[in-house]
Amino acid sequence: MKPYLASGLRPVMTLLVLLAVWATVSKTSGIQTFLLPTPKSVAIALWEQRGMLASSTATTLTETALGLLLGTILGAVSALAIVYSPFMQRWLMPLLLISQAIPVFALAPLLVLWFGFGMASKVVMAIIVIFFPITAAFSDGLRRTDLGFLDLARTMNASPLSILSHVRLPAAMPAFASGLRVATAIAPIGAVVGEWVGASSGLGYVMLNANARIETDVMFAALFVLALMAISLWVLVDRVLKRLLFWAPDTTAMA
Amino acid sequence: MTAAVPFSARATKSSRPQKAPPNLATTSTATVSVDQTPPGLRIEDLALRYGDRTIFEHLNLTLNGGEFVVLLGASGVGKTSLLKIVAGLSTPAEGRVVATDGLPLSHRIAYMGQQDLLYPWLNTVQNVMLGSRLRGEKGDHERALHLLGRVGLGDRAKALPSELSGGMRQRAAIARTLYEDRPIVLMDEPFSALDSFTRARVQDLAAELLQGRTALLITHDPLEACRLGHHLVVLSGHPAKLGPPITIRGQTPRAPDDEELLHTQGRLMRQLTELEPK
Repeated sequence: MKPYLASGLRPVMTLLVLLAVWATVSKTSGIQTFLLPTPKSVAIALWEQRGMLASSTATTLTETALGLLLGTILGAVSALAIVYSPFMQRWLMPLLLISQAIPVFALAPLLVLWFGFGMASKVVMAIIVIFFPITAAFSDGLRRTDLGFLDLARTMNASPLSILSHVRLPAAMPAFASGLRVATAIAPIGAVVGEWVGASSGLGYVMLNANARIETDVMFAALFVLALMAISLWVLVDRVLKRLLFWAPDTTAMA
Repeated sequence: MTAAVPFSARATKSSRPQKAPPNLATTSTATVSVDQTPPGLRIEDLALRYGDRTIFEHLNLTLNGGEFVVLLGASGVGKTSLLKIVAGLSTPAEGRVVATDGLPLSHRIAYMGQQDLLYPWLNTVQNVMLGSRLRGEKGDHERALHLLGRVGLGDRAKALPSELSGGMRQRAAIARTLYEDRPIVLMDEPFSALDSFTRARVQDLAAELLQGRTALLITHDPLEACRLGHHLVVLSGHPAKLGPPITIRGQTPRAPDDEELLHTQGRLMRQLTELEPK
């Protein structure tokens, strides 16, 4: 079998097996359908609620993407500040650690109170969640530039700004990319937690409402769409990063 | 204590009778423009200390313009530190390094490190033009391609460093050094990572292409030193001192079975092993 066929088929096969197990358990175990809906009823809910699910997905995706974008910019800027200014390192690092020490779940009600029921509070939540992995990975990458690269650049009379843009930044890109991958995987968490606490739309809001009404099939449908959205987003970011970092091959694939 | 190394007197008489003067050498290789004799390099009373530990002190060495001088020493004796000081990458505790023509050294030194130091995100020709990129100048694409042709990589200009073999990478690094077109070239064991056959070929290429420039190569390999150097100096001891200079006659690169080379190599091995603490 061709490798790309295998890699495309594997998730489909996993999904089919899971569906089969789920269908068998929900049919034969006697668990009531409001606790565990059948795959069929979830599929029907997916189809019947498709308009509502689509608009909710749009909301959650926008919050996630905005949070990811702003959080990445903020994380990258603070990484640069930390690496280049000892002053900023002394003042910013404690702030960063505090922002990670307080669970975002505990902050969520406060953020909704401050930033409202709309998108802003969810975007802020996503920013807080992804900010740290980006800063940590990127600042680490910026610090670990090969000393030989720097020596060579200095003998070529490169200015400090040129060393940053032509040596340190490109050399830090693989580290930055792994930070961004982590951030992409966890950014939807921030958005959905925000929606749980208080929102007027979004997949988290749909799930919360469906749960309250014991519409388990709708809740499963929303969960399915959320998972699909998060995975698609991750795959997209991963593909783009791989293309941009063509020069940094994954050495484990060659071993 | 002083290990002065006055090459000036002997150099022209003994070491370079068969060798064309630098300006002629450049016209024959026809690569780059070293118009007149390049400046020499003078290391004056150099000292390096880490805390209380003295790595070396009172080092004096003069390289005449256009000479290929090899500095030999065991690992950890301070060779790389010395070269970094000459390259302006670190500051000595005492002493200074000057050009023999009195002009500043900055912008006149090219440096080759222990690794090829090709930037992995740039392709081969972009790596050759790295200096232009870093200084914000427009790269001379044609000259870079010409130099890649000279080192036998004309058809690999678009390849990434990761797609090149070790020998090819080191040749690309030579092309990058030549692209800088600087009269003084410093090399820090640039061929030590290569297998011995590839090493010999890359040494030949370096000797040919660096003719007419003032070169200082450091190495721990006596054979490499004897193949490439007009003069050899040994750095050894704690704190390290420079031994008396050894001049090898004949044109470089010398064949590995050259009699002069074999003789000097044996002498060097003896000197190096005797000087190191057992």
